[in-house]
Amino acid sequence: MESGYVPMGPVELEALLRDLADDVLKVVDVPADPEPARAAGAALVQAHLTGPATLRATLTTLGAHLPPGPPSTMAQATLAAGYATALREVTLVEQERLARAIIGAQERTERAARQSEARFRAIFAGAAVGIGISDDHGRIIQVNQALADMLGYRPEEMHGLTVPDMVHPSDPPEMWEMYARMARGEVDHVRMEKAYFRKEGGVVWTDLTVSLIRDEAGTPQFNVAMMEDITDRHNLQDRLRHQALHDPLTGLPNRTLFADRVAGIVRRAGRSDNIGVCYLDLDRFKRVNDTLGHDVGDQLLVVVAERLGDCARERGHLAARMGGDEFIILVERCAGAEQLAELAEATLAAVAAPISVGPHRLRVSASIGVVERPAFGVELADILKAADVTLYQAKSEGRGRWARYDPDAAARQVARYELSAAMPDALDRGEFSLVYQPIVDLPGRTLRGLEALVRWHHPRLGTLTPDRFIDLAEETGLIVPLGRQVLREACQQAADWRRHFPERDLFVSVNVAAAQTHEPSLVADVHDVLAQTGLKAAHLQLELTESALMADSGAPLAALRELADAGVRVAIDDFGTGYSNLAYLRSLPVHALKLPQPLIDGLREPTSPPDVDERIVDALVRLAHAIELTVTAEGVETSAQAERLTLLGCDSAQGWYIGPPRPAPELTEILGG
Amino acid sequence: MDLPGWAPESIDVTRPSAARVYDYILGGAHNFAVDRQLGDELIRTSPDVAETMRANRVFLRRAVRFLAAQGIRQFLDIGSGVPTVGNVHEIAQQVAPESTVVYVDVDPVAVAHSEAILEGNDRAGVVCADMREPGRITEQARSLGLIDFTAPVAVLLAGVVHFVADSDDPAGLVAKLRDPLVKDSYLLVSHTTFDGQPPEVVAAQKLATRTATPIYPRPQAEIRSYFGDTTLVDPGLVFIPLWRPDPGEVVEHPERISAYAGVGRKN
Repeated sequence: MESGYVPMGPVELEALLRDLADDVLKVVDVPADPEPARAAGAALVQAHLTGPATLRATLTTLGAHLPPGPPSTMAQATLAAGYATALREVTLVEQERLARAIIGAQERTERAARQSEARFRAIFAGAAVGIGISDDHGRIIQVNQALADMLGYRPEEMHGLTVPDMVHPSDPPEMWEMYARMARGEVDHVRMEKAYFRKEGGVVWTDLTVSLIRDEAGTPQFNVAMMEDITDRHNLQDRLRHQALHDPLTGLPNRTLFADRVAGIVRRAGRSDNIGVCYLDLDRFKRVNDTLGHDVGDQLLVVVAERLGDCARERGHLAARMGGDEFIILVERCAGAEQLAELAEATLAAVAAPISVGPHRLRVSASIGVVERPAFGVELADILKAADVTLYQAKSEGRGRWARYDPDAAARQVARYELSAAMPDALDRGEFSLVYQPIVDLPGRTLRGLEALVRWHHPRLGTLTPDRFIDLAEETGLIVPLGRQVLREACQQAADWRRHFPERDLFVSVNVAAAQTHEPSLVADVHDVLAQTGLKAAHLQLELTESALMADSGAPLAALRELADAGVRVAIDDFGTGYSNLAYLRSLPVHALKLPQPLIDGLREPTSPPDVDERIVDALVRLAHAIELTVTAEGVETSAQAERLTLLGCDSAQGWYIGPPRPAPELTEILGG
Repeated sequence: MDLPGWAPESIDVTRPSAARVYDYILGGAHNFAVDRQLGDELIRTSPDVAETMRANRVFLRRAVRFLAAQGIRQFLDIGSGVPTVGNVHEIAQQVAPESTVVYVDVDPVAVAHSEAILEGNDRAGVVCADMREPGRITEQARSLGLIDFTAPVAVLLAGVVHFVADSDDPAGLVAKLRDPLVKDSYLLVSHTTFDGQPPEVVAAQKLATRTATPIYPRPQAEIRSYFGDTTLVDPGLVFIPLWRPDPGEVVEHPERISAYAGVGRKN
């Protein structure tokens, strides 16, 4: 830098320098007054001619042009001193001005910083989100009111707590791993949902964002945590999740949760682990719904579910509702057959205890299919299929019991299933037809009536008798349309025969399954059929088993009474095979008893001494006659039996000896011949 | 509305400031050792820098006088730095005392300094703002009550655009300042360049920009584009000493003053 910045043009500059040179010359002329030389030096500085070269050039020029001698030297020295003094003053002034500017700028900066801090303090204090700051040791050093409120503390109570104090059991392990990484400066931001305990108990769920604040060297210094209370949202999510996985009626886990649990077990399973299930279905639950209404049915299910839940919980298992009246208990680490047997027994006992629903005191039973499988690699569908088959095995063995999975039984059950599944189509396709077995009176052996018996002409299995499929039809409910069809066809046929052979005075006897008597439309159906076929009520006999008649609820009985009042005959089929309430028998709307084949089988030659069966038949005939019922013996296969029954006073008989069941056309021929 | 900003950075006089380095190179004492150290370094790597800066300052004086003579009474001096002798308001108010001037600088010390100097002058004011926030600059200049943008204004960008990196779009920033100007306003730009420089100087200067406050010299065509649709007054965009030199001023190697200057009039 040779010279300072000169804020003037060359013309002005030259004029200035000329004036200053004149001032110096004045001092040479009058050395007693050196002031003009000093002032000239100062003027150079004021003109911003402050570069070192300026002074050198000035003194060199003056030295060359002034006369030698002390006055000239003195003038030059005075100019130099004036120049130096002025330069020093300017420098000091500028430095002071600079210093003041810096102080001013700093004040302004600090004021702005204070304002900024005040703003952010207000934001911090008044924010609706909770904000907390912790130091590099995890100590909480500052929290705002919102955060304190959220967690139920006063702000100062939280100072001194540490971040790890804020642990909650629901924290996933990776959360604290992430916190450690942040402490090491490996992550700058973390966002997650986290639960906190409130000071006075309870839990707050938060949407939490933690940011790392570093110092200038980049070393982690603080963590700033900001959190929003999302407890409501979280609870709602929980509730939705719970709803998705639980049955709304009973509160038990649902099929989805059960499936998830099984999937989890299978995933974790070792080679030797076994999984077990008890698959349970209430026996004849449909009847409760049909007779007492769905409300009662639902309440019954709630009680059953509660008991099953308790049973399962006490043993550390999971009970789930699979739908309808089907429940399942899952045994994760199955210890073997005994454990499952104990569980099944306990479950049956729990279900069997009386259940009060409003005014009703109900007793229900359940059937259980028990399956145990190696857990490793097992398919849920296989377990459920096996459980289902085994459950139906328990049902077909008589209900109110449990069955263990057995491959052979399962195979049979599958066959039953297939039959059961084929039945609705079979009904539509007309694969069911009737045959009629003659009923004759004793001792005259005159044809009195015909019992209609249903046959299923199965395309693959040939003709099936009712013992193969009536149970299935009752289980599936197909018995109702099937029964209606049988009733209609039998009545139609009977009406035809009565028209063609009026002298025979025939009646037709039709079997009615228990399920049909629970149909509210039974009475109307019978009346319709009679009206449409023209058969008189007196020429129709309905056969029911004792158990159908003695049902818990009075509905079937009322229906039968109404039909009996209309003139329809009612017979008790297979009398003596159930638990007959003989005292009650009198009051039933019944006209006849039918004795089953096993009793008749015991009758021997009339000459041989009477054995137990004969005495029973004798007693039953007397009993029936005492209360004015007629008696029909079924399954009569020999003339000896027929004679014996005649002697015992039995009113009528049917069986192979009397005449086998025949299709209607054959019988028409016989009747005509 | 003036939105609250973040807390400002604190003043750090242990780091060099462009404004104080400039002051030092111009021979002022408004500077510290750290500024002088950087100034000396700049002079070493680029010997013409002092001459360029002085030339820039002299150019500014000539240009302000020219603008005042054209009737301009409002000046917006962006990147004004530490006020030294011969400031824009002194020159302009010498010609027309009613002239108003607003100085803009990003350095809070330079701003405080300017305020001290302008105390008592109600026709000049200071705004602390960055060249890269043109909207804020015009807004603050307006709110000081010193610049009326519905009347002609001279926007002075003397030796400031070359501090803006390409990534900050200098042409766009200049356009944001230029476009709102009314007819007969002026835009003044001076800007360093490598044009006409020996390769070793270019290399040295490129090296220097890596260590000091970065400067981005640009070619003439690019600087020309900053004037947009304004009409360059004679002699156009030229090496600084060649822009309307005072009578008696002789410049032997104008290209050694490695900076261009120009003044454009808004049509």
